[in-house]
Amino acid sequence: MPAEKFPIEAGHIMLFARSIADKNPIYYGDDPIAPPTFAQSSAQFDPNYFLRPVIGKPWFGSGGTPTGITDPGDKDISSGLHAEQHFEYHRHIKPGDVLTATSKPGETWEKQGRSGGKLQFSESITEYRDQNGELAITARSVGVKTEKPPAQG
Amino acid sequence: MALKASDINVGDTYEEVVVENLTRTQLVQYSGASGDYNPLHTDEVYATQVAGFPSVFAHGMCSMGMTGKAVTNYVGDGTLTKYGVRFSKQVWPGDTLTATLTVDAVREEDGGQLVDLSVVTVNQDGAVVIKGAATARAE
Repeated sequence: MPAEKFPIEAGHIMLFARSIADKNPIYYGDDPIAPPTFAQSSAQFDPNYFLRPVIGKPWFGSGGTPTGITDPGDKDISSGLHAEQHFEYHRHIKPGDVLTATSKPGETWEKQGRSGGKLQFSESITEYRDQNGELAITARSVGVKTEKPPAQG
Repeated sequence: MALKASDINVGDTYEEVVVENLTRTQLVQYSGASGDYNPLHTDEVYATQVAGFPSVFAHGMCSMGMTGKAVTNYVGDGTLTKYGVRFSKQVWPGDTLTATLTVDAVREEDGGQLVDLSVVTVNQDGAVVIKGAATARAE
């Protein structure tokens, strides 16, 4: 998840640790480090992250109706699924670090799905650099989209 | 505390139940902390009536985070150099997940000791939901 400024904060680490049901005291104490998958929460600092409601704009989740989006073409916004996630830790991040995350596309490939439709895989590489420009974490994410099988005859 | 290379052997395993009877509220917590507010994970009305799923289901990253807890409980804090997974199957409310780590190798690199682990998380029916690998520094 790209973010110009991803400040690592103790409160955020505590909330994140609770959210993965991890009671390791290091995440709740005076001198925490971030849990291994914490970097993904840079989504909070990505101004264009599409899975966060934008204030004042329609949201595709339910309100008075099952979805707030009226254009049916936009309803499959969530059809992509997360297939793989890989982290490489050059060092462990902690409160006080201010990271910059930059993402670039990686490889793309196709596979035949079990139900007959094509599965389209695409990779995204995110580099998290610290306030000194040093690489802290490299993340590789693979997403998959399913193409519906052709309609029966 | 890091693992001691002299205390571990290839084939050693570590098992931990990382969540019991996963709740929708846990998924709400994960959405709030991670920033992934996809209604597929928290909004039963959207997930069932619009997206056509039997219920909401867990973020892959939530299951990966819970599995990561077993990894850090075994290898120690701040020692991981790599952690990666493939999401094999969806995780649903009510699921109980058990992570199993297996030592694949204990090796030396750049004068330090590294431990390679395979990581598998299964649900209460024994179906694999996460399969991956991790590498950590040992002493």
